[in-house]
Amino acid sequence: MDNTVSNAIDHLAEQVSSSTIDEPLLIGIHTGGVWIAEILHRKISFNEELGTLDISFYRDDFSRVGLNPQVKASTLPFAIEDRNIILIDDVLYTGRTIRAALNEIFSYGRPASVQLGVLIKRTGRELPIQPDFTGMELDLGSHQQAKLYQHDGILGFGVDEVTAT
Amino acid sequence: MSKRTDFPVQFDQNGKLRHFLTIQGLSEEILTGILDIAHSFIDFGKREIKKIPLMRGKTMVNLFFEPSTRTRTTFEIAAKRLSADVVNMNATRMSTSKGESILDTVKTLEAMHTDMFVVRDRASGSAQLIASHLPGHVRVINAGDGRHEHPTQAMLDVFTIRQHKQDFSRLRIAIVGDILHSRVARSQIHALNILGAREIRVIGPRTLIPTDIEAMGVGYANNMKDGLEDVDVVIMLRIQRERMDGQLIPSEQEYFARYGLTEETLKFARPDAMVMHPGPINRGLEISSSVADGSRSVILDQITNGIAVRMSIMAHLMGGQEKSKWT
Repeated sequence: MDNTVSNAIDHLAEQVSSSTIDEPLLIGIHTGGVWIAEILHRKISFNEELGTLDISFYRDDFSRVGLNPQVKASTLPFAIEDRNIILIDDVLYTGRTIRAALNEIFSYGRPASVQLGVLIKRTGRELPIQPDFTGMELDLGSHQQAKLYQHDGILGFGVDEVTAT
Repeated sequence: MSKRTDFPVQFDQNGKLRHFLTIQGLSEEILTGILDIAHSFIDFGKREIKKIPLMRGKTMVNLFFEPSTRTRTTFEIAAKRLSADVVNMNATRMSTSKGESILDTVKTLEAMHTDMFVVRDRASGSAQLIASHLPGHVRVINAGDGRHEHPTQAMLDVFTIRQHKQDFSRLRIAIVGDILHSRVARSQIHALNILGAREIRVIGPRTLIPTDIEAMGVGYANNMKDGLEDVDVVIMLRIQRERMDGQLIPSEQEYFARYGLTEETLKFARPDAMVMHPGPINRGLEISSSVADGSRSVILDQITNGIAVRMSIMAHLMGGQEKSKWT
């Protein structure tokens, strides 16, 4: 694994495991968030299986961009009613993914609490959403995009320059 | 590639599906895309809040010029699960002023800022006529037009087949009954051909089979024994008494004796053959109660799947074109 990524994951895992949340449920957001959540789930002992969310149906830009043809099923193998949830994503940017994820989670029931853990907290928030656990922070401009990738099971990340479309 | 020039009104200038009027001319990629998304919608009915916001703020009008219960209801539930506002119009119209009155009705509703029309009418081509007279942002779904097509029914049928049998290239499928008057059969044959079914046969009295049926890539048998041999899927059609103009079948008893699906005639098909029917069923006319309610019948699955498949079709039409910059 890329050293930067591996250090960030360790840092994130440390905060999650030392938190005092009562019997938390771990939920990763497709795709990058699920990779990170799988690692955390292995490193830290959780009573329940890992949950995964595909928030495609809850995106706020659907009428402009349409459906992602590769929508994966959301799988929450537990009842979330009155439980404490730790939601995991790879990059926190505008905050819109998390907004959509919260909406989807609440369509399953009413959790006692939801906390947010992200591998990379970058600049550019458009909503009042901040993480509770952070692997690393990046100061990026609106023309830059931080992206987590996986090659042959090895995680890495890069920053791409985004050209205006 | 699809023959998109056949029904250009279905697509926008970028080749994206805009209306859902006919299966004919759609590509395997489009059909598979609809089935895949429908699959993700299947478990939505089990959630505490059965709603997703894909059509939030949009208005869908169910415009039915012909009576319907299940199709209209499943469209209504599908649209509501996508968070749309739904208006049901059970309209009747004068047969003497066909084209004019239907377009007047639609224009009136369009003036109320409707985003999507789901149309059923007894005249073939009505949905297409409406689609070609509406501004670009309004979507139209054909919920059955005369003898022409009933494309969403065919989609939920192939979805149900895929759920149970997976690979179409291995399947022999028989469609039994009144093919001549059946828009369902026409859409099913197109969909099964596009998805690469191994063999499609129609079974029924010659008076109820279109003369050009072989041109659709379909085999014909005039009896159940030959027609059902080695078949994996048996699709029964309803005998549509209301569409029968003359004496096309000798008597209901004789029809059931020759073409009814019973425990006995089902033995001609493969032992694991599944039984389908688009409903409503005429028990004892085209199918016996014991088969309709038996373990090989997936008739109730078809109804449940109709919601997910119609959600998927609406979602495909409503989604936009722009590139996302959103993470």
